[in-house]
Amino acid sequence: MSKRSHITTTINNESVDFLCEPRQSLLEVLRDVLYLTGTKEGCNDGNCGACSVIMDGVLVDSCCVLGVEAEGSKIETVEGLSSKGELHPLQKAFLEQTGMQCGICTPGFLIAAKALIDKNPRPSEQEIRHWLAGNLCRCTGYDKLVRSVMTAAESMAEV
Amino acid sequence: MHDFEYCAPDSLKEAIGLMATHKSSARLLAGGTDLIVLMRARRKRPELVIDAKHIPELTELKINQEGLSIGASVSCRTIYENDQIAESYPALVDSTSLVGGIQVQGRASIGGNLCNAAPSADSIPTLMVLGAIANVVSDRGERQIPVEEFCVAPGQTVLEDDEILVNVTVPAPAANSGARFLRFIPRNEMDIAVANSAAYVELDETGKNFRSARIAIGAVAPTPLFVEDAGAALTGKPISEESILNAAVIARDAARPINDMRGTVEHRLQLVETLTKRVLNDAVKRAIGEKV
Ligand SMILES: Cc1cc2nc3c(=O)[nH]c(=O)nc-3n(C[C@H](O)[C@H](O)[C@H](O)COP(=O)(O)OP(=O)(O)OC[C@H]3O[C@@H](n4cnc5c(N)ncnc54)[C@H](O)[C@@H]3O)c2cc1C
Repeated sequence: MSKRSHITTTINNESVDFLCEPRQSLLEVLRDVLYLTGTKEGCNDGNCGACSVIMDGVLVDSCCVLGVEAEGSKIETVEGLSSKGELHPLQKAFLEQTGMQCGICTPGFLIAAKALIDKNPRPSEQEIRHWLAGNLCRCTGYDKLVRSVMTAAESMAEV
Repeated sequence: MHDFEYCAPDSLKEAIGLMATHKSSARLLAGGTDLIVLMRARRKRPELVIDAKHIPELTELKINQEGLSIGASVSCRTIYENDQIAESYPALVDSTSLVGGIQVQGRASIGGNLCNAAPSADSIPTLMVLGAIANVVSDRGERQIPVEEFCVAPGQTVLEDDEILVNVTVPAPAANSGARFLRFIPRNEMDIAVANSAAYVELDETGKNFRSARIAIGAVAPTPLFVEDAGAALTGKPISEESILNAAVIARDAARPINDMRGTVEHRLQLVETLTKRVLNDAVKRAIGEKV
């Protein structure tokens, strides 16, 4: 077995060190080493977006990143969205607009939507649909998801 | 995934040394959107994975009067979000903004797209028509390989086991020139091309005749295909429906598609002709300064 490496990262604004083998994906590290199980495994080959995280400001599928590649990087996961017990406007909007059913894809959609709003605070419906094309949902039919993101963007623009 | 070692050299020299020592048992990792997926599927089993994202020459994007140089590890998103590329090389934006979804684009590199050598790779036809050169290095020296000679079979390139793609260089666009890339997939995004096509045209001063043209097609042969004859047929010809159709038919006749879950031979032949007509028309529009 390859030697485990000591990796230093910042996850949700906290410095986090972990040990991992080169063959462990960032997704496996998040879930199995750090117990940050909010990030979900869907297809495990880059198609479904359930494992989306933001890495150094870039939205990525954590199943297609090695844990060792995270050395020195800044990672945002769904666990970092709420602060001090207060839900993020995206989370509130997903609840209020029923932007979810079974829930497996939800963390990925939340993080992908966060990355979109970080870049483009008032996205159009078209822009949201295009941006979220890498996130699959088998339940909602997407309309409620898209509406949730629009509602959240509006409420964030108000404050 | 299988057990492997990982290293992240921060100089090209070090990477060259590692490749010289480990050869085919080592593979370079750019965005990993092909390599990690293939390792997980046990179709690639390198003993050493060399991260290519900390090597300055491979992460550099340079654009000046002479042209464009894109480091092999530069991501699709970095390419299509670059305003100068959008201005001078819009066909590269056409290609790179279609690779996967946002998550994939943030990692997937131009070098990985080229070295993975998929018949459907969306950046390769564009690189071919733009006259891009792949600059390759190993401890035996450097080589310049025109992109149209780079891929030899599905997943296979002319690279030797120890060679590293450093960057691709694209000459500055000539006066009165334009290029365009299009692909067909059944949905709007996140799928692999059923067929794709790229064209580059150079017009004369009147803007009514072709001075030269280059056409390349993809997902219709074992490799992306540069169809020299199709472009050459336009040299000196007036811009007309007839001349464009003629070139598109030559491109279609060069295609050797297969039937698979994404499309039939017939469908692909029809698509590649239609796409080639469209990319030629759009390239002409770009050449005369119209937005496409
Ligand atoms: C969900 C999904 C959707 C996709 N959609 C598309 C699509 O629409 N269009 C498309 O064309 N592709 C698509 N792909 C395939 C893939 O994203 C692209 O081919 C991408 O450009 C590969 O780049 P990478 O940086 O991820 O390569 P990697 O996976 O890092 O590497 C790919 C190959 O190139 C080798 N390599 C990398 N860098 C070098 C170098 N400098 N020198 C020598 N060899 C090197 C690697 O060893 C490996 O064999 C998709 C993939 C996924 C997972």
